Amino acid sequence: MLKKLPLAQLETIANDIREDIIRMLEHAGSGHSAGPLGLADIFTALYFDILKHDPKNPDWPERDILLLSNGHCVPVRYATMAHAGYFDRKELMTLRQLGTRLQGHPERKRLPGMETTSGPLGSGLSQACGMALALRMDNQQHRWVYVVMGDGEQDEGNVWEAAMLAGKEKLHNIIAITDRNNIQIDGPTESVMPLEDLKAKWEAFGWHVLEIDGNDIEAVIDACAMGRAIENKPVMIIAHTIPGKGVDFMEYDFNWHGKPPNKEEAKKALHELRTLGGKIKGEHE
Amino acid sequence: MSDMYLVDVSGNLTSEPIRKGFGRGLLEAGKRWDNVVAACADLTDSTQMSLFAEEFPERYIEIGVAEQNLVTTGSGLAAMGKVPFVSSYAAFMPGRCWEQIRTTICLNDRPVKLIGSHAGVSVGPDGATHQMLEDLALMRVLPNMVVLAPCDSVEAEKATLAMALDKRPNYMRLAREATPIITTDKTPFEIGPAYVLTEGADVSLIATGTMTYQALVAAEELKKDGIQAEVVHVPTIKPLDAGTILASVRKTGAVVTAEEGQIVGGLGGAIAELLSEEQPAPIKRIGMRDRFGESGAPDKLLEYFGLDARHIRLAAHSVVDKK
Ligand SMILES: Cc1ncc(C[n+]2csc(CCOP(=O)(O)OP(=O)(O)O)c2C)c(N)n1
Ligand SMILES: [Mg+2]
Repeated sequence: MLKKLPLAQLETIANDIREDIIRMLEHAGSGHSAGPLGLADIFTALYFDILKHDPKNPDWPERDILLLSNGHCVPVRYATMAHAGYFDRKELMTLRQLGTRLQGHPERKRLPGMETTSGPLGSGLSQACGMALALRMDNQQHRWVYVVMGDGEQDEGNVWEAAMLAGKEKLHNIIAITDRNNIQIDGPTESVMPLEDLKAKWEAFGWHVLEIDGNDIEAVIDACAMGRAIENKPVMIIAHTIPGKGVDFMEYDFNWHGKPPNKEEAKKALHELRTLGGKIKGEHE
Repeated sequence: MSDMYLVDVSGNLTSEPIRKGFGRGLLEAGKRWDNVVAACADLTDSTQMSLFAEEFPERYIEIGVAEQNLVTTGSGLAAMGKVPFVSSYAAFMPGRCWEQIRTTICLNDRPVKLIGSHAGVSVGPDGATHQMLEDLALMRVLPNMVVLAPCDSVEAEKATLAMALDKRPNYMRLAREATPIITTDKTPFEIGPAYVLTEGADVSLIATGTMTYQALVAAEELKKDGIQAEVVHVPTIKPLDAGTILASVRKTGAVVTAEEGQIVGGLGGAIAELLSEEQPAPIKRIGMRDRFGESGAPDKLLEYFGLDARHIRLAAHSVVDKK
């Protein structure tokens, strides 16, 4: 397991992950920008604090499970896994190329530590239910199943089938995190297909719901700790994030859901990330 | 294999729904192996999972009417080392949840055991919505998937135990109505082989599921016409036992396939694909031809849609004439 780090260091890691996401996507020439950038703080919190895992032993039987249900956001997971020591950061530049372990959407069989194959939306939570049920049958409920899901993803009926099952079975070792960035492909979630009152919906399905700022690493860590203390219900953390976070011209803009930066845009984005939006002088300037 | 198997089809036969054999097999699998678990979508009795559910309530999960969640929860159970059997009517599973099966079970390579009950027009009065005809095609196109259609309840029981030990994703098709029992406890069964049930030199009758019995009856009748038919039973539709099938067709030079489903993509499609590449021969395919079923008594429907021994016999004559 990794040593716990102070907050300032986690924030630096999250920023480095954002830079890697920009580089990977620019190099690949395709892929999703907004979601992964918005999720960098959550993934940093997960891999560097919350999860019980071992990058050198990805199949460690005592590990927690992390499922990425919104598979299109996988660049953030690849970048975080590389920073955590699962593989060399150089491999990040193979994203989406022939023969790579870093497929455009994640494939379990190609990359140790990738717990499942995803991309088609709506199926992560059901898998978490199956895993949590198996853990309960085996008296292994000290292991946690974390699921990251999109908000637009929750248009899928399969999500609510799983929500009902987890509620019915009181699968309290599931902690789901909704990336509430308010965008999906065709526009803002509330105009494509309104999700609100999202908190009330999950509560009505028998879940304990927490709402946090998903770009606040400490808040993510605290919410997961609180979630683990809930003993009779599955937990949903609605994490409000800024899509495209850290890159001014991408932030809040649904048009960046599924496109990569070109060379110029990448340069601009990296400059912004390095200088924290002009607040500091970039070290590589 | 005639002495090990077979109940003589011209004698008195006992009939039983194929799904009953599955129910017994699952119960037995549960007794033998702790990691066998089961889940169903509000059809526990119909699919015969009830025997297991009563014996092992802590290893049984009621999912409710939610087939997408059924198969995907199955993927999660398998991820943690369980051998999950999940069941519903074939019309709904795999009918409603093909993409989840594709991504979370096949591409993900999780050994989930899918049981599609009430397949074929012999479902009867419930009509076209419930008479699943496309399941074999849907499952056969998926990489990693193994596709099974046992011919009777005795074979279904053996197939269930074999599935519990198989490390791949599996689909097994079951039927609702009583089907004559033609195999015995001693009849061999493994996932993979096709079985030559009766030998003959003139035509290969290649059948699966409920139609294997009809093929045996047709073979008896063809004897009266002076035609020696070889009945090849194909309980494993994927991976197909090309060796046994090609050996039979090399000998006979004429083929009839028979199944209770769409010939496109089903057993008929599979055999035609194999033969056209390896051993072209006159072929007729008995099955549904690009249409849906409808309400009616099972035996009336089988006759109406040409899914019986009489039609197999006629088809055999036509391919023998073309040789
Ligand atoms: C079953 C399925 N349907 C459609 C898609 C195409 N798709 C990919 S991402 C996406 C939008 C999802 O929105 P959200 O989960 O909010 O992701 P975000 O845009 O915030 O990254 C869609 C429709 C898909 N991947 N899977
Ligand atoms: Mg979104």
